[in-house]
Amino acid sequence: MTYGRLSIPPFKEPRDLSRVGSIMDYETVIGLEVHVHLKTKTKAFCGCSTEFGKEPNSQVCPVCLGFPGSLPVLNKAALEFAIKVALVLNCQVQDSTKFDRKNYFYPDLPKNYQISQYDLPLSRDGFLDINTDGKTKRIGIRRIHLEEDAGKLIHREDASLVDFNRSGIPLLEIVSEPEITSAPQAYEYLTTLKSIIEYLDVSDCDMEKGSLRCDANISIRKKGSTELGTKIELKNMNSFKAVRDALVFEVERQSELLNEGKTVIQETRLWDIEELKTIPMRAKEEAQDYRYFPEPDLTTFIIERNRVEEIRKTIPELPREKMHRFMKEYGLSEYDAKILVASKKDADFAEECIKADEEKNKKPIANWLIGPLAQIAGLANLSISEVKIPGGIPEFIKLKNFEKDGNISNLVAKSVLSESIARGIPASQIIRDKNLFQISDSQKLDNIAEEVIKENTKSAADYKQGKNNALMFLVGQAMKKSQGKANPKAIQEILKRRLEHA
Amino acid sequence: MAELNKLTAHELIEKLNNKEIVAEEILSALKKRIREVDSKVKAYVRLNKISEPANLRTKEQENKLKGIPVSIKDNICTDGLNTECCSKILEGFRPPYDATVIKRLRQAGAAILDAKTNMDEFAFGSSTENSFFGPTHNPWDLTCVPGGSSGGSAAAVSSDEAILALGSDTGGSIRQPAAFCGVVGLKPTYGRVSRFGLIAFASSLDQIGPITKDVQDCALLMNVISGYDPRDCTSVNIKVPDYTKSLVNDVKGIKIGIPKEYFIAGMDPEVKDILEEAINQLKGLGATYKEISLPHTEYAVAVYYIIATAEASSNLARFDGVQYGFRSQKSEVRSQNLIDMYKKTRGNGFGQEAKRRIILGTFVLSHGYYDAYYLRALKVRTLIKQDFDQTFKEFDCIITPTSPTPAFKIGEKIEDPLKMYLSDIYTISANLAGIPAISVPCGFTKKGLPVGLQILAKPFNEEMLFRLAYAYEQNTSWHKMKPKL
Repeated sequence: MTYGRLSIPPFKEPRDLSRVGSIMDYETVIGLEVHVHLKTKTKAFCGCSTEFGKEPNSQVCPVCLGFPGSLPVLNKAALEFAIKVALVLNCQVQDSTKFDRKNYFYPDLPKNYQISQYDLPLSRDGFLDINTDGKTKRIGIRRIHLEEDAGKLIHREDASLVDFNRSGIPLLEIVSEPEITSAPQAYEYLTTLKSIIEYLDVSDCDMEKGSLRCDANISIRKKGSTELGTKIELKNMNSFKAVRDALVFEVERQSELLNEGKTVIQETRLWDIEELKTIPMRAKEEAQDYRYFPEPDLTTFIIERNRVEEIRKTIPELPREKMHRFMKEYGLSEYDAKILVASKKDADFAEECIKADEEKNKKPIANWLIGPLAQIAGLANLSISEVKIPGGIPEFIKLKNFEKDGNISNLVAKSVLSESIARGIPASQIIRDKNLFQISDSQKLDNIAEEVIKENTKSAADYKQGKNNALMFLVGQAMKKSQGKANPKAIQEILKRRLEHA
Repeated sequence: MAELNKLTAHELIEKLNNKEIVAEEILSALKKRIREVDSKVKAYVRLNKISEPANLRTKEQENKLKGIPVSIKDNICTDGLNTECCSKILEGFRPPYDATVIKRLRQAGAAILDAKTNMDEFAFGSSTENSFFGPTHNPWDLTCVPGGSSGGSAAAVSSDEAILALGSDTGGSIRQPAAFCGVVGLKPTYGRVSRFGLIAFASSLDQIGPITKDVQDCALLMNVISGYDPRDCTSVNIKVPDYTKSLVNDVKGIKIGIPKEYFIAGMDPEVKDILEEAINQLKGLGATYKEISLPHTEYAVAVYYIIATAEASSNLARFDGVQYGFRSQKSEVRSQNLIDMYKKTRGNGFGQEAKRRIILGTFVLSHGYYDAYYLRALKVRTLIKQDFDQTFKEFDCIITPTSPTPAFKIGEKIEDPLKMYLSDIYTISANLAGIPAISVPCGFTKKGLPVGLQILAKPFNEEMLFRLAYAYEQNTSWHKMKPKL
């Protein structure tokens, strides 16, 4: 098996604990802006493919290159994907929607304006329930709107290059209310949101590929205060962990400033992944005036109620519902169920395994999924559904059953699974080839016990005289004789019986 | 045989049908005429590029337009042919695609001329003096402007350097030059003709339309270029009638409204007299007329210059030297920095009027001014539209002068943008309301300059324009007058 890249978090100096007291005096207000690429086949306003990783500028046309005379035409699929997300985030989907131009100059923006939505977003006033400290917290969703992505700049020493393959890919902006009050909550909000969007199958939500991006607004204020503090906008966080770390850093930085009697300056700051700190990007004074105005090349789009209802019908079972169903139908614990439903693919895979398993008690198979299999998957940077199990689910279940029935030990079973996946050989074949079955046949075990007692008369005598340790020695000898295949519990029982009844 | 370039398209088609001529002869006649007079008129730009259009010898000749040459304004994209909006900033730009109207023309068998017609840079102007290539001259008086911004197309048709031409009209840019040059020009209903491939000036106002020698040619050309285009979602999916069917010499019972707000001080008395004469003539043909009021007319110019410049400032943002067209060279840029490249490119690439409008448009969209200017302008635009809606409940059409004056002298208004802007005072409202309007020749001043009559109708009722214009034309001979060159 080839192992994926392992990300090793750099060592972080422990914080000066003397400051902790002062941080406690403040409360944090966080709002998150999440951008997700919608995985429509074609771009938002032209027919170009949205496929990732193609040769630069191979998926472009006059429209997404912003050539003079070209006009945008809305991809209805993008609008429908957006409506789907709006519905699951409990938003009010508007009866009609329009687009606006956001004007600014930048070489990755071929028209020097972005088609976006300003005062009449597709939907607003929704919410997302997240789990925090064992409780459910409702985070408001202020608005969700549709816009087009820009191209990608590649900076070289001698020149900057632009790849417009990304230009025009439909982008959904999801803006939360400033109701998140800690970095872990922000993290939970993001993972919950990502999980839901993945379930809807409208985005890959892959931060590495840039199909999910997150900016944060954060301010702190004295506990109990109703006024908001000075807002800092955080950018350049390329993982959920980075978002959390940047927020933690900002809380400390801002509290420190306030404690020293200084003020927080409103600005945009970048997360520096190397230095693990935020650095200033631009002050608000230099803030752009985007001169939004209605996009005259696109008409107002009427969103028909019955179409919205049709879209609502296509919404699949979502993680929370699925978790509750797993608990109810398969008797799984909340802990197990929550892990299994985190991604739709994994949940589907898990359910397939659970269904294929004829045993009524589903705890063992669940343990195998979130235990050994998840461990192997994690080492390879894969999810459990992506691991190729030789022989597929039937082999996986067979292996679980061998262990459960005592045919092999738990330790052996785990290593068999690893080996099976690494070598591409079905588990049962490895067990057969290596002859790994435990000996549970009582006749065979009886023979072994007899021989061991004969060969170790002293220990046998010791046991009879009350030295219990002697029994363990005899078990060890029996295991040795059986080349480790004897079922240790069974052999212990047989030895005990023989010695006590001899 | 008459010189072929002097004939109309429908006359030529008849000759082609009768096998009296072949399409190549039309083009050679046209080229000869261009060689003879364009050094005086300067209707075309990049003339050295004129060559034999490829589809003259194809089977396309079996189609409607049978190889008739069509002259194209420099802001309509033609595949592989320079399309520069007569601006330095688009120097050398060859679009890799045809505008939808060009595609339709080619399908109909038209021959698209390689050289394009002159225009005010990005259609910013009413005189064609704002062209990077220099002004076009009015064929009726070479010291006068041909109007604008489609001055090149109008002058080419007027001087028989073109058979048919396309222009674009954002605030009168087809009709006003048509009036100044004594030819027919139509601005279709917004959404009637696809804008795909028209380099945008103000997207909510722009329409492509025909400039022709007579009303019949205009209908012929409209039949080809009209219709819904899935690539332009502002084009409207309504069936296009056969406009030639509206060419009936009958206006009996047609109700005409004459807006009192259009007959104002500052209007040339000669224009006023000529127009009144024309209206009387229509009355004589059986139409009726009544004075009406379009109360929000006085705000049209102000509203227009807010909305049009706002849209233009955004539409022209893409001309930044990054992907195509002109880019200020390294040596001119002090430091090799992006912002400097933008500034130098746009500073050197745009002309005065373009810069003025970009700055105006940027201003009216700016934070703190948006509500006072842009938003208010949008509201007044609605009121102007409602004026027309009301009128068309009762009247079939509205008749006005196309322009308050005949063609003015080259240089006369170029230093005074406000004066220049007012020359569009009668044409702007049709764009703001999205309604169709046509300008037809209706007489000449004592100095021999043409005057145009404008007819407006309700949205998608181009048929009414054709009916009235055709009847008027059949009973007058203004359209047959030719300038002496």
